[in-house]
Amino acid sequence: MIEAVGLTKRYGKTLAVDNLSFSVPTGRVTGFLGPNGAGKSTTMRMILGLDTPTGGSALIDGKRYRDLHQPLRTVGALLDAKWVHPNRSARAHLQWMAKSNKLPARRVDEVLEIVGLTAVAGKRAGGFSLGMSQRLGIAAALLGDPQVLLFDEPVNGLDPEGILWIRKFMHRLADEGRTVFVSSHLLSEMALTAQELVVIGRGKLISQSSTEDFVAQATENTVRVRSPQLAVLRGALGRLGANLRDEGENLVVSGMDCADIGELAAREGVVLHELSPQRGSLEEAFMQLTGDSVEYHTELTDGQTPATLVPAGK
Amino acid sequence: MTLLAVERMKLFSTRSPWWCTAIALAITIGFGALMSGTSNAASPMNVAATQFGYTFGLVVVMVMAALAITTEYRFSTIRATFLAVPNRPTALLAKTAVVAILAGIVGELCAFGSWGISKLIKSSADLGIDTAYEWRAVAGVGLVYAIAAVIAVGVGVLVRHSAGAIALLLIYTNLVEGLVTLIPTIGPKIHRWLPFNMSNAFITGDADITTRPINEGPPPAEAGLGPWPALLYFAAFAVVVLVIAITTAKRRDA
Repeated sequence: MIEAVGLTKRYGKTLAVDNLSFSVPTGRVTGFLGPNGAGKSTTMRMILGLDTPTGGSALIDGKRYRDLHQPLRTVGALLDAKWVHPNRSARAHLQWMAKSNKLPARRVDEVLEIVGLTAVAGKRAGGFSLGMSQRLGIAAALLGDPQVLLFDEPVNGLDPEGILWIRKFMHRLADEGRTVFVSSHLLSEMALTAQELVVIGRGKLISQSSTEDFVAQATENTVRVRSPQLAVLRGALGRLGANLRDEGENLVVSGMDCADIGELAAREGVVLHELSPQRGSLEEAFMQLTGDSVEYHTELTDGQTPATLVPAGK
Repeated sequence: MTLLAVERMKLFSTRSPWWCTAIALAITIGFGALMSGTSNAASPMNVAATQFGYTFGLVVVMVMAALAITTEYRFSTIRATFLAVPNRPTALLAKTAVVAILAGIVGELCAFGSWGISKLIKSSADLGIDTAYEWRAVAGVGLVYAIAAVIAVGVGVLVRHSAGAIALLLIYTNLVEGLVTLIPTIGPKIHRWLPFNMSNAFITGDADITTRPINEGPPPAEAGLGPWPALLYFAAFAVVVLVIAITTAKRRDA
């Protein structure tokens, strides 16, 4: 269980994290979602005692990180895969970390095996690809067999294979009953990985809920109908109070599900060519929710309406 | 003890300490060989003269010590360190201790290596280490290197950038302390109390004139204290730098 209470971080005049309170429940994958620059990394660094909060506190199982005895046994973290000396071998990197928390030396080989780096353990870490560095970072996080794990943008910059591997790995960690707190600026990624979501924008909490609730709440569920007798159906739906919207040849219905519309069409004797449930895009919903809180707005000059973009990459 | 082992593992799993040790040995022993090779009946070789290159080795050792900490900042392994050991003063003290011990060992190897090669080249010269002065001139090098390494680590923690920290150390030790003497009247008086001049006073001060003419070997330092108090003064300066560095690191975001 990670608990943030009134967490605040100020750099000069900029308020990077603003009175942030949330909790990360035990034994689940909790996504930490927000646009770039929302304060996710700063929050994680404060949880891990690297940065000192200007106000508030972050506790892990009721203790500040700095007060943990041999913290690698309680919390594993991967904030940046490049936090390795390039001339040190993967094994040497893990060996000093293991030694610092009095972990047995064989644990180093175990975690190398878990992340599949055994074959390159003696190679210098500076020569690793991003995917391999990411695996080494995860190996380091797992060293102390911790119950709480923090990952900052673990899939950033990875190829599809790497992303799939990380995703499966998160699920495996949660299945083992560990608490996983993983940040991302991609809602689609979090929807696949996380059961709980903490959403922030500009350092402020936007929502904390289950992923399902967040997605349901954030996206509008509609049904697309195609029919040669659309006029008849339109009248019948209108009488039942459904919201109707034309989309080319089709009718988009909100407020009723497929079953209701199908039954209504049968009663009215209307032929249907298509009856399909539509999901609003997660990205759109996310942008709507966090749009006001994106730090750097981009105005597209070629369109009439200014659009808000979430910058890609970190 | 665990943390000392951790810092030892970290230090020796990178290349710079090996390179710096090799360079320090090559320079100091090379100077020892040069001094003894060029000595003649008019200016005979003596124990103090074998240590002519010690200040050059000192520079290399300080570079090694500064790199040991600034590379941690450069590659952010300092954050990995603080994650593993959240008690920052302990972690930094362990690193300082390991670097200082290595610097001390390198210093002794340099000093006795220079003395040894001089003995090989000029076996006829009187190179017996007999007096307190001669012992300080040779065995004292390790102590000075160890304390200087503490200063270099402290500066490295404060500056965090390799180039900046090394530039600061080199400019201070090689230029600033010497240039202070150019200030009229008070310059030489200030110079008597500057830390690296004090460390030099420990090695070269209280020269034992009975064993050699004073103009041979490194010129004795003009310092405000005798050899051992001068070393304590130098050590106290190192402690102050280290305390400031650790206090800063404790408060600062990693």
